Amino acid sequence: MSKQSKTTGVVDSRKMSGELFTLTYGALVADLVRDFERPAEVNRQLDKMGYNIGLRLADDLLAKNSQISRCTDLHQTADVVAKTALKNYLGVTAQVTNWSSNNDEFSMVLESNPLTEFVEVPSDLSELRYSQIICGAIRGAMESLHMEVTASVVTDVPNPTEIRVKFIRILQEYLPAGEED
Amino acid sequence: MNSLNHSANFPWDFLHAEIVKYQQAKEEKEKEVRQKYAEQLSSGLDAEVLTDSQLVQQLFEQGNAGTRLESMGFRVGYALVEKIAKDCPRFTTELDIMKFVCKEFWTSAFGKQVDNLRTNHQGVYVVQDNRFYTVSTFSESKQYLEEAAMYLSFPSGMVRGALQNLGISSVVTNSCDTLPSVKFHVHIAR
Repeated sequence: MSKQSKTTGVVDSRKMSGELFTLTYGALVADLVRDFERPAEVNRQLDKMGYNIGLRLADDLLAKNSQISRCTDLHQTADVVAKTALKNYLGVTAQVTNWSSNNDEFSMVLESNPLTEFVEVPSDLSELRYSQIICGAIRGAMESLHMEVTASVVTDVPNPTEIRVKFIRILQEYLPAGEED
Repeated sequence: MNSLNHSANFPWDFLHAEIVKYQQAKEEKEKEVRQKYAEQLSSGLDAEVLTDSQLVQQLFEQGNAGTRLESMGFRVGYALVEKIAKDCPRFTTELDIMKFVCKEFWTSAFGKQVDNLRTNHQGVYVVQDNRFYTVSTFSESKQYLEEAAMYLSFPSGMVRGALQNLGISSVVTNSCDTLPSVKFHVHIAR
């Protein structure tokens, strides 16, 4: 009984205001902009942080959404990312569009991006990709599921965020022995 | 403008962990730079070092990881409380404000109310949370007590920022004897 009440306590404490997330992210970007001279460096750092988050998020996502099964092609993968993963972690869904002719590249358009909710990027930081952390997270999450992808921000604040994802290859060598099928 | 109203599990804890990690790495790097500078200074190469603007900037940067996290938290708390308090009637007393922070602010920022609020009625408040959000995933033993301290700077700053925006200048410190129970000590400046 006491065990049970303990776990519900944890679940409760996970529900928190999205504004906190947005503001915290904003404070981080502002801090990075101050720390690094060039916006490109900021993008790189955000991508790295996103990657680290993504590696852990993939676990979390699969643990909580048992209906997600193994994806057999990139269309399914794109659907899971756009409909389930973004819904779970950012509270929005994305449109999957602009498939390349050989089906290895697609765009995701986030009509309302919570990260950029209160954001105005000054004109001297036009190189800054504000939502770069999402790209890093996608890359990290995909990598922990044995898929190498590249993700990059095509458009960002003030336009709707568009993220281009390109599939590179399946990472076979990371499979533990006896697991490949 | 309403994308924030969905009930998503924002992965704030992951983001926060990355921020902590980044600030710690930065502090580490600064230490190295200072040491390098001290060495070069003692071997008489200072003129050369001082032309490196990046190095000089890092050298004179103030504060360690804890204080920088605290000031980031301050910023966040300052902005967040504005959103939360916008529909509240004006607070009349200091205690009202503290109660508001412990209930509404705490709930939307850290997911639950505080468990205990004590005061000596002379400007010192002790806020106790028996399962504090940022350290609730840590192992409940002494093992990670030291590491956990870094995960409390940001929330401390948030509390200070929230109070500041409600008109109270304060100093917020924290103490933690057993995880995940945390006490925040709020000293109100007179």
